[in-house]
Amino acid sequence: MKLAYWMYAGPAHIGTLRIASSFKNVHAIMHAPLGDDYFNVMRSMLERERDFTPVTASIVDRHVLARGSQEKVINNITRKDKEENPDLLLLTPTCTSSILQEDLQNFVQRASIETSSDVILADVNHYRVNELQASDRTLQQIVAFYINKARKKEVLGVNKTLRPSVNILGVLSLGFHHQHDLVDLKRLFHDLDIDINQVVPDNASVNDLKDLPTAWFNFVPYREAGLLTAQFLHDEFDMPYINVTPMGLLNISEVVRKIQGTLSKLDCYRDYSNYLKLQTQYVSQAAWFSRSIDCQNLTGKTAIVFGDATHAAAMTKILSKEMGIHVLWSGTYCTHDSDWFRMQVQELCDKVVITDDHNVVGDLIAKTEPNAIFGTQMERHIGKRLNIPCGVISSPVHIQNFPLSYKPFLGYEGTNQIADLIYNSFTLGMEDHLLDLFGGHDTTESLTNTLSSTNVISWSTEAMKELSKIPGFVRGKVKRNTEKYALSSNYNVISLEVLYEAKEKANS
Amino acid sequence: MTFSTEENITFECETGNYHTFCPISCVSWLYQKIEDSFFLVIGTKTCGYFLQNAMGVMIFAEPRYAMAELEEGDISAQLNDYEELKRLCLQIKKDRKPGVIFWIGTCTTEIIKMDLEGIAPKLEADIDVPIIVARANGLDYAFTQGEDTVLAAMAHRCPENPSINQQKAVSKNNQPGLIIFGSLPDPVVQQLSHELQKHNIKIKGWLPSNRYTELPIIQTNDYVIGVNPFLSRTATTLMRRRKTKLISAPFPIGPDGTRAWIEKICTVFNTKASGLQDRENQIWDNLEEYLKLIRGKSVFFMGDNLLEISLARFLTRCGMIVYEIGIPYMDKRYQSAELNLLRDTCTKMNVKMPKIVEKPDNYNQLDRIRDLQPDLVITGMAHANPLEARGINTKWSVEFTFAQIHGFTNSKDILELVTRPLRRNNKLKDITSDTYVKSESKR
Repeated sequence: MKLAYWMYAGPAHIGTLRIASSFKNVHAIMHAPLGDDYFNVMRSMLERERDFTPVTASIVDRHVLARGSQEKVINNITRKDKEENPDLLLLTPTCTSSILQEDLQNFVQRASIETSSDVILADVNHYRVNELQASDRTLQQIVAFYINKARKKEVLGVNKTLRPSVNILGVLSLGFHHQHDLVDLKRLFHDLDIDINQVVPDNASVNDLKDLPTAWFNFVPYREAGLLTAQFLHDEFDMPYINVTPMGLLNISEVVRKIQGTLSKLDCYRDYSNYLKLQTQYVSQAAWFSRSIDCQNLTGKTAIVFGDATHAAAMTKILSKEMGIHVLWSGTYCTHDSDWFRMQVQELCDKVVITDDHNVVGDLIAKTEPNAIFGTQMERHIGKRLNIPCGVISSPVHIQNFPLSYKPFLGYEGTNQIADLIYNSFTLGMEDHLLDLFGGHDTTESLTNTLSSTNVISWSTEAMKELSKIPGFVRGKVKRNTEKYALSSNYNVISLEVLYEAKEKANS
Repeated sequence: MTFSTEENITFECETGNYHTFCPISCVSWLYQKIEDSFFLVIGTKTCGYFLQNAMGVMIFAEPRYAMAELEEGDISAQLNDYEELKRLCLQIKKDRKPGVIFWIGTCTTEIIKMDLEGIAPKLEADIDVPIIVARANGLDYAFTQGEDTVLAAMAHRCPENPSINQQKAVSKNNQPGLIIFGSLPDPVVQQLSHELQKHNIKIKGWLPSNRYTELPIIQTNDYVIGVNPFLSRTATTLMRRRKTKLISAPFPIGPDGTRAWIEKICTVFNTKASGLQDRENQIWDNLEEYLKLIRGKSVFFMGDNLLEISLARFLTRCGMIVYEIGIPYMDKRYQSAELNLLRDTCTKMNVKMPKIVEKPDNYNQLDRIRDLQPDLVITGMAHANPLEARGINTKWSVEFTFAQIHGFTNSKDILELVTRPLRRNNKLKDITSDTYVKSESKR
């Protein structure tokens, strides 16, 4: 047993559901107790999804415990098949169902005799993998299923497209700024004169997966999902793949150079060096911004980085090599990917931290006292407590990290957005610091004094005690409203009674 | 016990495929209510992820709860449950010094049959901190029923005999006292106590109290009354195990419910409830602004927190037409007075008795919503945005559990919640269209 207050990566089934709900017309059925369908709330809330999340539960209750699911799972599968007519039904085990050890594979086989949709059992072990690993695995599983199916039916697309083309693998629902990143990735490939064959799984149809091999190469923007699929396609069809995240100027250049190299191996010779120069100098503002006089002040400032492997590594590189900021330490909660992460950042920071315990991260931040933090929502809250500004660069995130406006982290527009994020975090910190030095500009005290009504009314002890229980941020307003009400009703003393009365009558 | 209600009320039971919160969510309000408590949820990452997401900002405020996250070794019994729990509880004792530790059993502890009730007394003696076990799991319960399991477990711990100090305070005549059960925010406790005081009703204690050490004394023949419709196990425990007498009354939600609740208590204690009619009327008068907005409008409860009957009764009295009352679980005995009041209210308002759907099927419900096109759907967050995108006003049901809705004083807050989507959408008329989905995904 482990004492845990908070976790960075969710349970395995969340990863599977993120893949299922990213595809078009794929329905997931969770074998889970009541209340485990919390994924629907997250998706509906965070992504402000207009459509019903295609996830239902086949409820595990007392009866299931006593007698097994029997026909229940099968009935739920066939029912969904009729109701929604999906292309694929994905039966998703949860931590509960995995200890019940029911033969879910058997249910899948039996159900698929009756359904017009394909049915697969997601192959994830709850006690061994987390959300991120499960999403990687599930994506590969689905792609492999449809490649094999196409092969059997002899409809597999094997001829390469005429023009150079790419598959983008691993753009997911509930991914950190994935939708914005996708726009910029499309622009990047358009600029490079490369067609996009397919984007998977975002809004993709499983029926198109058979044509994945027609692309010239695969591109995996994030390490957390898509690598297994790229590896699978590489093993099966000898498709090359590139898995450098185009986040920051240096990384983008690396990606473009790798694309150039990959294309040349396929006998397509392109020279992107002019493009890189032009973009870096004029389209992206980030390089010039780092050079501008403003950013001189960032020299020697310290920062720490924490997040998923992809974003934390890229951010560390940007801070240290593109902004000249001293990264005290850089860390990730992707403990399963620690070797890669260490290799990426160990030259760029004083210390590498691999942990999924937020207490360790919090203590380290307090001990190292950086000028700014770049992390997840958890680090933002740690920063709040320690009065250190924080830019959020990675999941897990809140609803405010699903902005409506265009805010990519990848591509050239991404570099501008990141430069703003870094600069704003530091100036806020500086401003705060200067204000402190010069006595601050806290005017709340004098403001409230002049605004509150003149005190001809007194409060009884009980009423005052009751008032003190009202949350701080509204207490002032309640106090003023109650006093206003007491004045207008000719009360001299505010008793409990008057306080309640005011609440009942105010604004009505 | 009268079952006359069943003649007029139609109860249906569907498949139980509905969305609700896991009952372990009760931790979020109970740890705030019981100030010296610590809640240890013994479960998996799934439970932890749910709590973390459901509680949003609360999680960052050093809450007095944590997960005892089970690992593979725990599941396959390679590790000793007792030793593991002892290690964690000692750490909690050292770091937080709680007055009581609650163990919340989950689906996983049920399935692997971890003997929490057996381990707790031994460990309690070993580490010298009271340990209370509540099985608030998704196999058996929905959302607010979690609180019911915790309070039922606490009912066993309420002292039977006053200690010597307390004896002085207790009146000599040995009259049966009144104990109110149900966790409410302090201000609401104050308000309800205040209302009862006006009728010379003394409250002997609340279950739960603000601190574990202040649990009320419960003696044979004391009277008990619930404030919330989801507390049937607690009621049963208090009656059967503590030999108390349950006052069956509608719940103090809405001015009509509050009045009926107080009246019933007064009847039992033989005091005259004077001025209640005026008090109720006065509240209704104050609500007129809101009532204007909802009179004649229809509402559909998808059902997820067991407050549905009381809310439907109040909204019917407000002049709304209730199409369907979905509810996770319906205890017809514990809620009998509330059901009677619902029936009477329907007669009084001259509307048809709505159908009550136990263990609803959300998919079928969405079909019915599409056909009925109600003016308001009270539902969970999973369906709210998709319904809004299809031009249907929704109110998030969970807010009713966290808002202050009890007593005369808070009636306005209920209507504030109910009318919010209507008020908001009225204001947006100039920019909104009815639907925000492409025609092919209308369903």
